[in-house]
Amino acid sequence: MLQTPIADAAQICLRVRGLTVAYAEEPALQGISLDIPRHQVTAFIGPSGCGKTTLLRSFNRMNELIEDARTEGVIELEGCNIFQAGVDPAQLRRQVGMVFQRPNPFPKSIYDNVAYGLRIQSSSSRAANLDQEVESALRRAALWDEVADRLDAPALTLSGGQQQRLVIARAIAVKPAVLLLDEPASALDPISTLKIEQLIHQLKSNYTIIIVTHNMQQAARVSDFTAFLNAGRLVEYGPAEAVFTNPKERQTEDYITGRRG
Amino acid sequence: MSEHISESYDLELRNVRNALMEMGGVVEQQVRSACHAFVAHDAELAGLVRVADQRVNQLELEIDDQCVQIIARRQPAATDLRTLVAAMKASTDLERVGDEADRIAKMASGLAGAEPPLDQYGDVRRLSTDVIKMLSASLDALARQDAEQAAAIKQADSAVDAGYDAILREQLAAMQEHPHNIEQRLSIIWAARSLERIGDHAKNIGEYVVYLVEGEDVRHQKLRGG
Repeated sequence: MLQTPIADAAQICLRVRGLTVAYAEEPALQGISLDIPRHQVTAFIGPSGCGKTTLLRSFNRMNELIEDARTEGVIELEGCNIFQAGVDPAQLRRQVGMVFQRPNPFPKSIYDNVAYGLRIQSSSSRAANLDQEVESALRRAALWDEVADRLDAPALTLSGGQQQRLVIARAIAVKPAVLLLDEPASALDPISTLKIEQLIHQLKSNYTIIIVTHNMQQAARVSDFTAFLNAGRLVEYGPAEAVFTNPKERQTEDYITGRRG
Repeated sequence: MSEHISESYDLELRNVRNALMEMGGVVEQQVRSACHAFVAHDAELAGLVRVADQRVNQLELEIDDQCVQIIARRQPAATDLRTLVAAMKASTDLERVGDEADRIAKMASGLAGAEPPLDQYGDVRRLSTDVIKMLSASLDALARQDAEQAAAIKQADSAVDAGYDAILREQLAAMQEHPHNIEQRLSIIWAARSLERIGDHAKNIGEYVVYLVEGEDVRHQKLRGG
């Protein structure tokens, strides 16, 4: 069953139809159909093992890196099926960037972390602007002011919150269309968490953002649309304000209010 | 609704509901007593209404405090959030109902010793019966979380408004005819005005119940066909 809170088809960035993912013979997602709106923040919430991270990892075909993972169904990114023959997963992952729970900067300098992706895909014109592109990405990731005077310092000398923003800068440097965030603040302290949330808010005018979070209040704070998954199925999907004040499904209500389902 | 994983959260929400029910009970009795004291010129009963008002004020503070604590510490969502919002708003309305009852009781004290009018306050009695019915229905709907009953209260409010208008017109006409009795007639108008306001508060409580149960804000909507 398709659930979409998006009235205007022109606003759809990602279109998921009948997505089923299984690890070995164990189903992780069953018949998911939903639309992700462009330049909005969509949050996936649900209990551990509900399939929300599997769904997130489907958008840049990360599940293929897992042995025995099997995917059926269609995901269209701006109208093109990402599973069709001829789509290069590496190319797809540049368009659909990902940030993980634990910040994972490369053991290189701050500058080189951000420049890494740019160098790989660079044409000569791009390389000439490398300094500018690095600065721009660091500014968009709200990190520039804190690192401008020590770009050559090792990235691992940054705090956890700064590292996570550096990883976001690295992801957006290659100008993706979509940013996937998998529990991006769960390893951070409350202040660093708020900085990441503020950053998400700023980034959404340029990127379509999908976030997986265990923190319901975080989903309520940052997301425009919220999807609740349970046992591999999409239970409810709607505008965040409706999901958190007046969910339609009993399962959603029980989960977000902390009741025994 | 099933129970929370946190038992103390269930207990805290139950405490809010219990305090609200107690407040409703005290206020309803206040209105009944105030109306009886008014038509019977019973100063003693009127005094009891005024004492009860202290308990009502205290309950309003307790409910607000409990709700604020839960919001700060539990970050309630969905039904829990709507329960707390409805409780805070309903307690404000109930406190004001208590104030109106207090006002009626004050006039009853002033009337003590005077002869009741020939019609024995027939119109005021009828209006008070309707208003008390409305208030009971709204508290009942709140206790049972009955959105259907709550929605019906809005209909009753129109009849109460019409009853108040009729009393006002009649008393103004009577004042012009018999100017010697203006003080008592003003008391009737003020009492009717207070009753009409109590009806408005009962209507508000009904609207909060609809919000609590269905998540729909039905305030400031005209009745169908109205």
